[in-house]
Parts: sequence; structure tokens; C-alpha cells
Amino acid sequence: MYKIILAFRYLVKRRITYLAVLAVAICVFIVVVVMTVLTGLVIDFRQKNHSFVGDCVVGTESLVGFAYYEDFVKILEQSYFVEGISPVIKSFALVNPVGSERNVGVEIMGIDAVKHSKATGFGKTLYYRKDNVSKAFKPAYDPNLLGCVIGIDLVLERDAKSRYPYGSGPTDIPLAISCFPLNAKGALAKADAGLVKTQTFYYSDNSESGLARVDGSMVYLPFEQAQLLCGMAGPVKRVSAIHIKFKPNVRLEAGCEEVDSLWQSFKREKADEKQAYLLEKVTVQGWKDYRRAYIAAMEKEQTMMTAMFGLVGVTTVFIVFVVFYMIISHKSKDIGILKSIGVSNVNIIILFSGFAFLVGLLGSGVGLFAGWLFLLKINRIEDWLFERFGFQLWDRTIYAIGDIPNQVDAKVLAVIILSAIVACLVGALVPSRQAAKQKPIETLQVTQL
Amino acid sequence: MNKDDFILRAEGVYKSYRMGATEVKVLKGVDLTVKSGEFVAIVGASGSGKSTLLHILGALDSPDKGVVAFDGRDLRRFGGGELNRFRNKMVGFVFQFYHLLDELSVLENVFLPVMVSRSVVGWLFGGRKRARKRAKELLAQLGLGERANHKPYQLSGGERQRVAIGRALMNEPRLLLVDEPTGNLDSATGNGILDVFEELNRAGQTIVMVSHDERIAQRAGRIITLTDGRIKN
Repeated sequence: MYKIILAFRYLVKRRITYLAVLAVAICVFIVVVVMTVLTGLVIDFRQKNHSFVGDCVVGTESLVGFAYYEDFVKILEQSYFVEGISPVIKSFALVNPVGSERNVGVEIMGIDAVKHSKATGFGKTLYYRKDNVSKAFKPAYDPNLLGCVIGIDLVLERDAKSRYPYGSGPTDIPLAISCFPLNAKGALAKADAGLVKTQTFYYSDNSESGLARVDGSMVYLPFEQAQLLCGMAGPVKRVSAIHIKFKPNVRLEAGCEEVDSLWQSFKREKADEKQAYLLEKVTVQGWKDYRRAYIAAMEKEQTMMTAMFGLVGVTTVFIVFVVFYMIISHKSKDIGILKSIGVSNVNIIILFSGFAFLVGLLGSGVGLFAGWLFLLKINRIEDWLFERFGFQLWDRTIYAIGDIPNQVDAKVLAVIILSAIVACLVGALVPSRQAAKQKPIETLQVTQL
Repeated sequence: MNKDDFILRAEGVYKSYRMGATEVKVLKGVDLTVKSGEFVAIVGASGSGKSTLLHILGALDSPDKGVVAFDGRDLRRFGGGELNRFRNKMVGFVFQFYHLLDELSVLENVFLPVMVSRSVVGWLFGGRKRARKRAKELLAQLGLGERANHKPYQLSGGERQRVAIGRALMNEPRLLLVDEPTGNLDSATGNGILDVFEELNRAGQTIVMVSHDERIAQRAGRIITLTDGRIKN
């Protein structure tokens, strides 16, 4: 009992202890804020990628695409675990606003808007046709025209508060989109006038996926027209990929394994077909693997930040070590007194470890509360800083970030508190052991007073 | 008299310290016996090794050579746990500079030895109540009944020394080891403290007191003089 009482009294009555508590609190505050924001950004980025891709993609990197997809779509439609299927054409094109001499290189994605919205989050990215996805490619100003959905950053510029200056409806802009169609062998196919196939589409809506690269380079076209433009609409039709969404109770890995198994059987069935060689380059990937190139960079940043905060943890240990060394040096007389009345070395270590535990608990509690409060107001603080001083953590005209993520993760908090307490215990261990080893007679001598 | 009839026995005790390159021989073969109920004063000049001997007798320090036996048991044979129990139950120390814990109240300082010997459960269920009662009784006997909730820094030197005596007596030790108890007090206060020891001794308490002042030592039943690291008969 004396250990609890003394540890608590040392905490309350020694001013130097407040320094240790403050050091722990500041470290915890920094780690909580940065880890929450960074984790929030990574989670947000992953969610946006998941929403953009769906759960699983059967596809090829080749611009030629692969054939017999309709048969595989039928197989998928009969599968118990599939909720949405969307065949997709992917290629590159030049966009030329009719009447202008400006050409912009873009990526094109040919989709059936309804099917693609069932397989991915495409429908939610639209602005004008969000509630009526079937009309995504029908311009509001003339539904009979052939529409196209344009990545938001190709059309509009965000302001500093990450808002786009939407009009009441899409403007009547005809866009000539030109592609180099390829045949099944990968050679340039002959098109209308030479090797380039061009078709005019009308701006019907924007897509804001929240992925800067996608929103700044993607034009969505109706599936059939995209297939024609890319030379994939021959007697044996081809697509670039099939995006799949699993039913809610299906685990991602299990679903992907099922699709892969179906694909392998399908490939064997089609082995004797004329364009079976195109199936060899097709892979089955979960959304994480499919977008690995983009997600990995973000996750690497998170790992680096975590490592950096590991160093912050080391600094905390050192600060606590120094503070405890000072405290215990001041308390050497107490250690002598306690030993003279029969307190063991182990109990001396437990006493100071308990003291360290309290410092860690209180410091992390204070840091956590301050961090939580700061995160709660972080967006308002940033708004205020921007309005007052023009300062922004992330320039919204460059980064596709809306609000700064501030959702505190209970698991992350638990790990931070635990780490802070362990850091304090480690910091206090060496001085405690040294204190315990002291002979009472050394600390009770007159010269020690 | 059989040698095991003594409560405390020291035979051929040697102790030296290293001060830089020099080895200082403090005790050079001390022989000493103390009977139960005795009040023994050890006197000697400053640096004669009185305090060192007292610390060795109370197992706060260990001799380089020689035997110290308590109730016939050689302290060298005590394990770590046994030594802690010995310091907690069998001996009570009173130091010249009181050595009270500033973070605890007077009452808490007094019952600290009991708290140290109990587990949390043992303390909360029964131990605490009894310890507080005994500590309050001791403080009342020592004239500090009204000071129980004060902090040590709020007391005078004499009062602090009384608190230290209360703490030393808390576990009813068989032996009280006292190191220059009046060295830091004025003569009136010092006399008051010595009166307390005399009274305790009359009640049967064995006391070994160290002092450099022969007049103070006169209050003990037997005086042993330590000169140049040896007992002078």
C-alpha cells in the first residue's frame, strides 16, 4: 500500500514530475494528431480506390483487351457471390473541343453507367445525374446527343476550400475524341479516315472520384461507342476488364479466389478458340492489388511517419529517463529510509515503476484529451488560419482533400497510450534499478543530506 | 553466561572504506555484547567508527570480517527477505537527522513500518485500523497527539525526532538502535528525547545508542568507548 501512496504523492508533490508528465503529454498529443490525420488520409484514399475499382478486376494491361468476355460475364451472373458486373473498355485518346485547336491527351473508360454503378461507386461520383445514373451519358440540354462524363479536374478548377464552381447544368460543349483502334493482334486497325477513329461526344456530367490522377485525366464514354473507338467491337468483341462487386457477406480474398477459379476453368474451356491467346494476359486481382501502385506509395508514407514517430517515442523514453534520474537522485534519502525499515530492492523498483506508470497514464491522458480536442476543431482552426493568414496545411487547389480527417481510431489510441506507458516504464527502469541497488547506508550519511 | 544469552553479539568485526586510492580502516576487530533490556551507549570521537558499527549491528551495512549475531543467529546467514524482515520487525532505527519522508504526514510516517510489512489486502482489511490506533497511541505517548496530521516540515527538530522514535517503535522491535539522537537538537530538547529513551528502557526496551558526548552517554546503563576502531575496556 505504501508503494501506491508514495507513488501518488511523488506525482502530486514533486514539481519536476510535471515536466515528465508534460513531456509525455506533448509526445502523445503530436502522435495522436499526426497519426489520426495520416491514418484518416490513408483510409480515405483506400476507400476512394475501392469505390473506383469495385471489389475485383478481371483484366489486362494490354490495350488490345481480351475476347469472349460476354461468356464469362454470363458465368459470373450465375455465381452466388457476385452482386455487380461491369465490362469496361480502357484506352487513351485525344480530346479536342470542337472548334478549338487544342488537344488534350486523356484516358478513356467505356462503361455501361448503370452496370458500372452497381459494380463500383461510379454513380456517386456524378454531379448532375447522381440520382439518375441511367442518363449519365444523356446531356440535360439535349438527351438525344451522345454524352460523355468528364473527370472533374479536366473541366473545373477547385477553389482554396476544395469546392468546384458547378453551374446549374453542364454546358453545351462538343468534344471530338480520337483513338487509335487496335485489332486483336495488337496492330493498328484501319478506321474511317486512316488509322485514327474520331467521334464527337457532348459534355453531360462530371465525375469526382476524389482520386486526383483519375479526376484529372479520365473521360467516361458509353460502352458501345468506346468499344468501337478502340477497335474492340469486331465480330469477336473485346474488353479491357471486368469490374466485379461481391455480395456484402463475401470476404474479398474468398471472392477473388472464387473468381480466379472460375476464370481458370473458363480459360481452359476457351483454349481452342481463335483468340484464346488474349486470355493468357488476363489477371484476376482484388482492388488492393489492382491499385497497389497508388496505394503502396501512400502506405509507404504512413510507414515512414510511423517510424519517425517511433523516434519521437525514443525521445520520450530519454526525457523520462532524465527526469526520473533527477527525481530518483533527489529521492535517494527516501530510498535509504525505506530500506532501513525493511523495504526490499524489488519493492523499490515497483515503487518507482508505479510512479512511472502514473506519469505515463496522466501524461498520455492529458495528451490524448488535448489531441482529441484539437482534432475536433482542426478543420475550424485551419479555416480560421486560412481566412486570417492564408495558411493551409494542404493546398486544396493541388490536393484532392476535402476536410482534414479527424476521426479518432480507438485502436490507434489504445496503442499510443500503451506505448506512452511502456516508454515511461522503460525510461524509469534504469534509474529505479540503480536506486534499488543503493546501500541504505550510502544514502543516509550526513554528506548525502 | 552462554554466548547465546545475549540479544546482540559482535565478534572481531572489521570494516574499511576506500577513499580514492586510500583504504581507511574504520573498525579493527570490535567485540561487543548486549543483553536484553540493556541501555548501552557507544561513545567515541568523530570518525571513530561509532555510526559504522551501529549500522553493522542493524544490518544496514555488512562487516568485511567478523560475526554479528542477533538472538544467537549470525546475520551473514540471513537471506535478502530475512534481512528485510529483520530490519522491519526486530530493530528500530533512530537517526541524527530524523530521516522522515516529507511526502507523508506524521501519522503515516509512524505507521509506515507496518504498512511496509503488509500486502494491500492485508493493510486494507484490518491492518490499517490497528496500525493507525497504535501509531496514534505512540504519538500521544510522545506528546505529539495533536501533530498527527502535520507534515514533517511543519515540526520542530525535537518533534521530528519524536516522530522518528515513534516510527522506530511501531513494530515493537526487540532492539532500538539510536545514532546521535540529540546531535541536532538544543540541550533542553535533547534532554527530553533522552528522557524518552530512559523511560522506554525502564519499560524493558533494549537500546544501543551512539554519541560523541560522554555527558549524554551517562544516561545509559553501560558505556562502551570506541577508540581508533577498537573497543577500549
